[in-house]
Amino acid sequence: MNALSLPVPAIELEDLTVAYDREPAVHHLTGSFAPGSLTAIVGPNGAGKSTLLKTIAGLIAPDEGTVRMNGLTRRGVAYLPQLAEIDRSFPIDVIDAVSLGLWAEIGLFATITGGLTARAEAALGAVGLKGFENRQVGSLSAGQFQRVLFARLMLQDASVILLDEPFAAIDERTAAELMDLVDRWHGEGRTVIAVLHDIERVRAAFPDVLLLAREPVAWGPAGDVLTPENLRRARYISDGWSDAA
Amino acid sequence: MMLYAALIEPFVEYGFMRRALVACLALALGAGPVGTFLVLRRMSLMGDAMGHAILPGAAIAFLVAGLSLWAMSLGGFIAGLTVVLLAGIVSRVTALREDASLAGFYLISLALGVLIVSMRGSSVDLLHVLFGTILSVDDAALLLVAAIASLTLVTLAVIYRPLVIECFDPAFLRATTGGGTLWHFIFLTLVVLNLVAGFQALGTLMALGLMMLPAAAARFWAGAVWSLAALSIAMAFASGLIGLLISYNFSLPSGPSIILTAGGFYLGSILLGTRDSLRTRYFPRAHFHE
Repeated sequence: MNALSLPVPAIELEDLTVAYDREPAVHHLTGSFAPGSLTAIVGPNGAGKSTLLKTIAGLIAPDEGTVRMNGLTRRGVAYLPQLAEIDRSFPIDVIDAVSLGLWAEIGLFATITGGLTARAEAALGAVGLKGFENRQVGSLSAGQFQRVLFARLMLQDASVILLDEPFAAIDERTAAELMDLVDRWHGEGRTVIAVLHDIERVRAAFPDVLLLAREPVAWGPAGDVLTPENLRRARYISDGWSDAA
Repeated sequence: MMLYAALIEPFVEYGFMRRALVACLALALGAGPVGTFLVLRRMSLMGDAMGHAILPGAAIAFLVAGLSLWAMSLGGFIAGLTVVLLAGIVSRVTALREDASLAGFYLISLALGVLIVSMRGSSVDLLHVLFGTILSVDDAALLLVAAIASLTLVTLAVIYRPLVIECFDPAFLRATTGGGTLWHFIFLTLVVLNLVAGFQALGTLMALGLMMLPAAAARFWAGAVWSLAALSIAMAFASGLIGLLISYNFSLPSGPSIILTAGGFYLGSILLGTRDSLRTRYFPRAHFHE
């Protein structure tokens, strides 16, 4: 992927409330993701982090309030689901799985030839899986599979990239290399929003943080948000969800 | 000479055997790929439910128009599609999951069908609808089955990409291009169509057999969607051929013979297949990487 030529609009949330399976998951969230920002969404389990990401991706409709995409279309937004949501036993080889990233661009019929194949192979090279083209995805480790999904993200060439737990359940070396890619996307001016667990990684690599406990606890520069007091408050709120799954 | 009499002669001598064989080929061409996607989408039991859902439509048509192929097929198609649509709508607007709501509707549908048939028809009619009679397939029925097979293959070719994406990573499909619902319902329509094609020959109870058993068996041999579909077609047709010969030579009913042959392929594949079968699990050869 190269630097973006078009300006990336901001994503604005206004008094957003989303329920998931009839449980309110995100409450009255207002704020905006600046163009080209790199934001981590953190918070306790059940805090609505994934639900918020799915809402921005257009997979869940808000119950109240709005998500303003300011002219961004579906094609401009790339979404990486949690690993568990994908059927990894599906009989598909690596190069085909990566090429799915071209789907919105090529549609039902266009053949994947020369230039497109080269792009898919380049993306595979960028995630360190050169030579894996014809392996079945079922034979890959969790880390290798996550690399495949990152290659697919690269082919989507989106100006906004949403990552749900991109480093969960994968080895440290893969996590570090994929984080380098995230940095590169940030450098290219793309807006990146990632749901993460690992507070240390967030401190080290993410300029902006949204601390969520269904309601927003704090949102802003990482140093201001990840204070012991804020983290305590988030935990305190989540302790109140005694019946939360 | 004995082999000729047992294996070739039936098809040379008897028109009904030839037509049954051609019907099997057409059924295999449609059911093989559709069954492959049913297995990949983990919808095998939903296919079963849809098969039963066809019954009341066919039964009502039978009451109105008698043993008419076109009326019963149309009736079955409408009933199957209605149940699928109702189940889909209920699962989307209520908390009930799609498999449960489908089971609910198909049970109602099945009971209604049996009730309608036994109200007016004889038990012979009921047996005909439930078990089919591939040996009485006439030219009109052949034409219908062949048309459905052709339509199925063309449609699958058109929706192949979104269908594969929806099986593999449904959230990705919805996030990139919006609804996966359209592709889902086109596919379900194909399932119903192929069940309608199969029920004339094999009955509503076993129409799914030629769809599911070869597709499930193929998973023990093939590792790509296209090869799974091709192998399913081959095994479904082979089941038809072998089943018809068994039925002819041993004077057994043809429908069960065909499905049991497919069942034989399935059990054999579990035991001997090259991928994740019992043989590869418990008697592995030297390990090679692909």
